[in-house]
Amino acid sequence: MLLRRPLLTARIPRSVVPVLTSPARRWGSTVSQRPGSDRVVFPGAINSEFTSDMAFITGRDLPAIPTFRVINSDGEMVDKTRAPPNVSDEEVITWYKNMLQVSIMDTIMFDAHRQGRISFYMVSQGEEGISIGSAAALIPDDVAFSQYREAGVYQQRGFTLKDFMSQLFANCNDNGKGRNMPVHYGQKYPRIITVSSPLATQIPQASGAAYALKIKDLQNPNQAPRVVACYLGEGAASEGDFHAGLNIAATRSCPVIFVVRNNGYAISTPTIEQYRGDGIASRGVGYGMDTIRVDGNDVFAMYEAMSEARRRALSDGCQPVLIEAMSYRVSHHSTSDDSFAYRARVEVEDWKRRDNPIIRLRKWLENKGLWNEDLEKETRDSMRQAVLKEFKEAERLKKPPIREAFTDVYEEITEEAQEQMKELKRIIETYPDEYDLRPYQDGLKGLE
Amino acid sequence: MAAPRLFRPATRLLSSRLASSPLRPAFAKSCAPSFVRARGYASESGTKEVTVRDALNEALAEELEINQKTFILGEEVAQYNGAYKVTRGLLDRFGPKRVIDTPITEAGFCGLAVGAALAGLHPICEFMTFNFAMQAIDQIINSAAKTHYMSGGIQPCNVTFRGPNGFAAGVAAQHSQDYSAWYGSIPGLKVVSPWSSEDAKGLLKAAIRDPNPVVVLENELMYGQAFPMSEAAQKSDFVLPIGKAKIERPGKDLTIVSLSRCVGQSLTAASELKQKYGVDAEVINLRSIKPLDVETIIASLKKTGRLMVVESGYPMFGVSSEILALSMEYGFDYLTAPAVRVTGAEVPTPYAHGLENMAFPQEDTIVNQAAKLLRL
Repeated sequence: MLLRRPLLTARIPRSVVPVLTSPARRWGSTVSQRPGSDRVVFPGAINSEFTSDMAFITGRDLPAIPTFRVINSDGEMVDKTRAPPNVSDEEVITWYKNMLQVSIMDTIMFDAHRQGRISFYMVSQGEEGISIGSAAALIPDDVAFSQYREAGVYQQRGFTLKDFMSQLFANCNDNGKGRNMPVHYGQKYPRIITVSSPLATQIPQASGAAYALKIKDLQNPNQAPRVVACYLGEGAASEGDFHAGLNIAATRSCPVIFVVRNNGYAISTPTIEQYRGDGIASRGVGYGMDTIRVDGNDVFAMYEAMSEARRRALSDGCQPVLIEAMSYRVSHHSTSDDSFAYRARVEVEDWKRRDNPIIRLRKWLENKGLWNEDLEKETRDSMRQAVLKEFKEAERLKKPPIREAFTDVYEEITEEAQEQMKELKRIIETYPDEYDLRPYQDGLKGLE
Repeated sequence: MAAPRLFRPATRLLSSRLASSPLRPAFAKSCAPSFVRARGYASESGTKEVTVRDALNEALAEELEINQKTFILGEEVAQYNGAYKVTRGLLDRFGPKRVIDTPITEAGFCGLAVGAALAGLHPICEFMTFNFAMQAIDQIINSAAKTHYMSGGIQPCNVTFRGPNGFAAGVAAQHSQDYSAWYGSIPGLKVVSPWSSEDAKGLLKAAIRDPNPVVVLENELMYGQAFPMSEAAQKSDFVLPIGKAKIERPGKDLTIVSLSRCVGQSLTAASELKQKYGVDAEVINLRSIKPLDVETIIASLKKTGRLMVVESGYPMFGVSSEILALSMEYGFDYLTAPAVRVTGAEVPTPYAHGLENMAFPQEDTIVNQAAKLLRL
C-alpha cells in the first residue's frame, strides 16, 4: 500500500502532476530485502511476515463483512447517540417521492407490458433505496453508468416522467430516437450513459471514463473534481469484465464508485450458485479498494456511504471505491421472467412485508411528523394520475422522423444512405397513396 | 476423410472423382425430386408434429442418455429449464452432475466447457443467446477451434456450442445479430444452422457426436414452430450429416439458397412465385455453414442458371457474399443473370417494430428480388 501511489502516478503526463512524475520516484519504489529481516520484501507482497505456521486462510473462519445501516426497519435511528443524517427534511421528502414515483411507474408499466402496449419492461421494486440514496450523493457533473435496474438513479438525476415514457414508447421525444429496447434509458446531463444490454460491459468502461475525468479535471482547475458511479448487480460481478474493470480502476487510481446491488438473484440464479465467499464486498478488498457493505433498504445509509465513497474516490490522487448494497429483488427479473418458477411465492411475500426501502423511509418520516396517511394517499393518487397522463400522451405521440432511420450509424450519413434517402423520397412522392406518413413526425419533411 | 472435404470442396467439384466419394452422393442423386418426396409430411402415416424446441430437447436427452461423457452447462439450463425451455426436464432426468447451472460468466463456463473437452468429455455449452457468446469468443475461436491443429492432432476438442442466433422480436441492436459469418470464417470450427425440427434434431445430434468443436446456431423465432417429423427422424438413431444441404423444394428456374429461419420465408416466396408468375424456384436449405455443401449449390445453379441467396445476416462479408463468390468461381459459365443476395440491412438492428421488419428480408422482399432477377 505504501508504495502504491508513486508507482501509479508515474505515468501521468509531466504537465499534469510534475511533482510525482520523476523517474527517480518510481525507481525509489524498488524493494530490497534487508539482512535478518523478519518480513518478506517481495515486490508483490510487501511487508509480509515470515511464519513457520502453515496456515491456510479460510474465509469461513473470518467474520463476515458487516452491513452499515443508519435506520432500522421501524424507521428509527439504530445508534441513537449519533447525529441524525445531515439532510434537510425537504430533501428527504423528495427522495421519498422519487422512490414512490419509480415504484408507481413500475407497477403501471409492468401491467402495460401485460396488455401488449410495450414490448418489454424491467422493474426495480425493492431496490429504490439503493439507486435514489446513492444518486442523491452525486453532483450533476458526475457521470453514471447504470445496468438496467436503476430507474431511481435516472429519477433522482432529473429524468422526467415524460423522458421515461418517451423512451418506453419509442416516440419522437425519446433521447434514443426509438432505437433501443424499453428501459435502455440514457441522459445527456446529468450524464447517464445509455444502458447496454450485454452484462457488465459498463464496468471497465466506467473505469475508463473515471480515468478520463481525472485527467481532464487535473488539467482544468475550474472544474470541480468529478467521479463516475458504476451500477451493477451481483450477477454481473461474475463476468470477466467485472474483474478486469476493478483491477484496472485500482491500478490506474480511477475515481470510480462501484455500486453493486446484491439482490439475491440473477434472473433465476441465486447467489449461492453465483459466487462463493463473502459477497462482492470481499472482491473489492481483494482488488485493494476501500469497500463497504450497506443495507440497501436504508436510503440514509446508502446516501452516507456514497457521500463518503465520493470523498475517498477523490482524495489522495483518486482511487476506486466499492459499495455492496444488500437488498432483495422483490420483482421478477423482467417481463420475460416468471420468478415463481424458481423461488417460493411466500419467500417474496415475506420480504415485501418484512423490509422495504419505501416503507422504511415512510416510517422514519412519520416518526418525525413529516408524513401521514392523508399525504400518502394524496401523493400516490396524484403520482398515479401523472404517470397515466404521460403514459397516454407518450403513446399518442408521433414516432421519430423518417430520416432517423438513416442517421447515426456513422457520425455522418454515408453516401449510400444519402442516396437511399433520396430514393425513398422519390418513391414516396411518386406513390403518395401507398405510404402513410402520418405516424411519423413531420411526415415527408422528416426525411430532409 | 473430413479434411479434404472441408478444405477443398470446389476442387473436388471440378474433378471427375465426385461420384466415388463415399461420404457424399453425386449431384444428380441429391437433386433428385424423389429425395424431397421421401421426406415425411403430415399426411403420411407415422409422422408427428414436433416443435423445434422439443426436437432439440429430444436430441439433447437422447445424447445425454447414450453417451456418459456428455453434459450440458449454461446459464439457467437446469433449475429454470433453460431461458427458452430447450433443456426442459433434463435436470430431473439426468441430475445436477450432467445438467449444470453456471454463474453469469460466459468466458468462465465456455472456458470450462473447452477445458472439459480437452480433458476428454463431450460438453454441450448453451449460450442464452449467441449475442452473449461474444464475451467468450476467444475461448471458442482461439482455443476450441485451434487446439487440435496446434497440438499436432493429439488434442481433440469435442465440444458443442449451442443457443439462439440471429434477430428475435423487439430486442434491438445488442440482442439481434447473426453470427453465421463470424463462426463460418474460422478454420477448425464446424457450424450448423437448423431450420426445421428434423434439422434441429439431426444436426444437434451430429454436432454432439462430431469429434470437432461444432457451433449450433439455432433461431429463437423458430423454437415454438412445429414441423412434421418423419418416423425415421423420431427414432433415437436419427442423425443428419454435417456439410450436406437439403433441397427443400425442387425447381428449374431459379436457385434460392438459404439458411435457418429464412428457409421458411424462401419456401413461402417460392410458392408465391409459382402462383404469381408460374416460376419454379428451387429452395436449398444449407443446414451446414461450415463445411459448406458447394456441390449441391453449384449443381442446382447449373440446372437453373440463376442464383439468389437469402439470409438475415449483414450484407457485407457474409454467408451470401461467400456463396456468390463461389458461384463466380465454379458456376460463372452457367449463370444467365448476375447472382443476387437478399440480406439484413447495413444498420444496427433498430428496436422499432416497423424498422425491424425493414432491416431483415421479408417474404415479399424475396419475391420482388426474384422477379427482378428473372426479369418478370
